[in-house]
Amino acid sequence: MSTHDYLRQRFFPHMWCPGCGHGTVLNSLLRAVEQLGMSKNEIVMASGIGCSSRISGYVDFHTLHTLHGRALAFATGVKLSKPELNVIVPMGDGDALAIGGNHFIHACRRNIDITAIVMNNRIYGMTGGQFSPMSGVGINATTAPFSNIDREFDVVKMATAAGATFVARSTTFHAQQATDLIKQAILHEGFSVVEILSQCPTHFGRKNKLGAAADMMQHYKDITVPIGSSKKKDNPDLIERGIFVQEEAPEYCREYDKIIEQAMKG
Amino acid sequence: MAKKKKLKQHHIDRDWCKGCGICVHFCPKNVLELDEMDKVFAARPEDCIACKLCEIRCPDLAIEIETEEGGS
Repeated sequence: MSTHDYLRQRFFPHMWCPGCGHGTVLNSLLRAVEQLGMSKNEIVMASGIGCSSRISGYVDFHTLHTLHGRALAFATGVKLSKPELNVIVPMGDGDALAIGGNHFIHACRRNIDITAIVMNNRIYGMTGGQFSPMSGVGINATTAPFSNIDREFDVVKMATAAGATFVARSTTFHAQQATDLIKQAILHEGFSVVEILSQCPTHFGRKNKLGAAADMMQHYKDITVPIGSSKKKDNPDLIERGIFVQEEAPEYCREYDKIIEQAMKG
Repeated sequence: MAKKKKLKQHHIDRDWCKGCGICVHFCPKNVLELDEMDKVFAARPEDCIACKLCEIRCPDLAIEIETEEGGS
């Protein structure tokens, strides 16, 4: 199958701005699904609200476009009732960690077999460029015209601490790595989190004078290093890319099946 | 080792392309350009090495590289 066969082509061209990183994330995701040889019928995509969440409208899987921040709750319900399906939850940074922060940490804790993709553009793009919990100190946003003083979350550290059994990070510049990480995340049995740094040239880029989309992607190359790189020792501000956590732990649906079996014994 | 794939054709969907210029910027052989409508086109296809960096990074899914071996 070609990657385009997984699309609802009637909705293209998509609604994302020119140069929006979310399109590249969609591109990477389609390649991952194609390389795994998955059928459209075995994938469920649940998303919340925001630019990133519009991705579920464009893919020809089983899709749910749900409430802001609550996509993981819907996905948990889908996965528990149909554990044989692969559930993917694309989320924006605000959707995942502000509005849906609690759903996020508890999905990590339960280790339910869902693949969460956090498309981190560090801003609320759809509503006009308000700062998010991922924006960080010194960033300009519509709601922080004199620069932001809120410290940001580190998705990787947070997911790891909350108990996710697969945690990885990449960027839209490193699209091939992103595809590889999404593939591994889908194959992993347990809760997987893949953070992909994604540029928002319209709001984040303009307000912070980061140039065009291609310049923002080039910037990802400059500010990230593979995990364990010696460059990180010299410059602690560099962001690491790769797989941070990959471990086995009891998966939620399987544990639930055991409970059902036990209860049925009477 | 697998033989290097040779370019057959650039398939560019002009309706999907939004002219962001990401493909133009990252093409290692400077093959692509934006036209007067801000749509990408292959200005120097003979230089293309079919690395597909444009295809995999295109946020609009508007570029597909077809290679000689029949792969896409």
